[in-house]
Amino acid sequence: MAQVPVTDGVFTWPSESPQLIGSRCVTCGNHMFPVQQGCPKCTGAETEEVLLGRRGTLWTWTVQGFPPKAPPYAGDVDPKTFKAFGVGYVELPGQLKIESRLTEADPEKLKIGMEMEMVIVPLSTDANGNEVVTFAFAPVA
Amino acid sequence: MTTEVAIVGIGMHEFGRTEGVSGMDQGVIAVRRACADAGVSWEDMQFAFGGSMAAGAADTMVSLLGLTGLQFINVANGCATGGSALFSAYNTIRSGVFDLGIAVGFDKHERGAFRVNTKGSGLGDWYGASGLALTTQFFGMKINRYMHEYGISQSTLAKVSEKAFRNGAMNPMAWRRKPISEEEVLNSAMLSYPLTQYMFCSPGEGGVALILARADKAHLYTDKPIFLDAAVVRSRRFGSFEVLAPSIALEHNAGPTVDSSKAAFEMAGIGPEDIDIAQLQDTEAGAEVMHMAENGFCEHGEQEFMIQAGETEIGGKFPVNTDGGCLANGEPIGASGLRQVYENVLQLRGQAGARQVPNDPKTAYTHVYGAPGISGVTILSR
Repeated sequence: MAQVPVTDGVFTWPSESPQLIGSRCVTCGNHMFPVQQGCPKCTGAETEEVLLGRRGTLWTWTVQGFPPKAPPYAGDVDPKTFKAFGVGYVELPGQLKIESRLTEADPEKLKIGMEMEMVIVPLSTDANGNEVVTFAFAPVA
Repeated sequence: MTTEVAIVGIGMHEFGRTEGVSGMDQGVIAVRRACADAGVSWEDMQFAFGGSMAAGAADTMVSLLGLTGLQFINVANGCATGGSALFSAYNTIRSGVFDLGIAVGFDKHERGAFRVNTKGSGLGDWYGASGLALTTQFFGMKINRYMHEYGISQSTLAKVSEKAFRNGAMNPMAWRRKPISEEEVLNSAMLSYPLTQYMFCSPGEGGVALILARADKAHLYTDKPIFLDAAVVRSRRFGSFEVLAPSIALEHNAGPTVDSSKAAFEMAGIGPEDIDIAQLQDTEAGAEVMHMAENGFCEHGEQEFMIQAGETEIGGKFPVNTDGGCLANGEPIGASGLRQVYENVLQLRGQAGARQVPNDPKTAYTHVYGAPGISGVTILSR
């Protein structure tokens, strides 16, 4: 089954070590995600594209315990088969904090400050039978 | 010298679920009740500011209330829609343009968690597709971090909900009027860790209208005028942690609640220690806890003791969310901020019935917070 990204321009794909695509302000160096034109920090209008780090620490987290509404959600919303998934902010050193799905959904195994690494995970199957993938962060073993 | 402003009439349509009555009709009923409370007619209104998020353009209600030709301006400002309508009405009188007018908010939302319009919120389709476009996640993540930093317990979150439903049971306008114990709150379904089902408010329905007048003419309409000493709305600054944010900055900045609170106290010329009663945004139980500190009523972490000791109960030192808050009333976005002011007017008039606070309140505070990182505060006095 072919894998297609949930969107273009948010993470590098296909790639052995995928990275999130962000922006950096040419004037003040502030990092942004996803890519955007203007800088919310210094109000500068010029930014450049930058690949973000793949590792960081968990800043906070929750667990999505019920199926989100579809649309917009593309994943499984059947209450019988829905699996809770973790969501958190991962702090990338020197850059920013990224909101992301987490591969771990057990509150006992999620700790603020733990090391995390970016991975690509399956989300759904599209009309053409392709596996739609998105980004997530996984605890570093 | 600006003109002082008084609230001279209040009206509300019951919150909750009212089958067969549109959101707009609930707004119209609230307007009629506010007019009756002030002893005025719709024809007396010189201007109106109104809004809803999901129940239509407020100005179309003139065809139900009467085509008098008044200046009617629609307000759409996310979770601060009601607060923004009130801010606008307040300043319209303060500036001397008009003497008497109305702020109205109403709504009617579908069941379940809000369906976020990602495009309308400036977010890519991938964000919602990936399962991140839920406001509930933000609240779970913010309180989880806060509990980690300041030692707030899950029991304290459950006590906030327990209080809300107990207060709601004494409020004939509330949606949830059945007390729910701390244990039941803790044992209900875990929706977004650490928040359970009964720690969250639900999108709902309802309408509220407030009639404002020049303070020096308030006696024409009421013998119990309530003065609006501050009305402030603020958006977020760089570095704050807000709902529906694909990323946040490394550097930390206090959110719009802190900014709007400080500005409101400055405007009113008093401080948090002078406030007798407060209605604080409680989208979920943790929000009430955090907003107590963000609005200046305690230090971060002190809530654990205050709530466990019952200080925020109706009979406590500092009553919070005396009408049951969003938790017991639900959240019809356009009306929610105005509901808080409605409750404070009742409390300051001494007309809150079974839930009247016993501390003879002279000052009262309201606070809303919501998407996309916006906050509104009012300060009332009698």
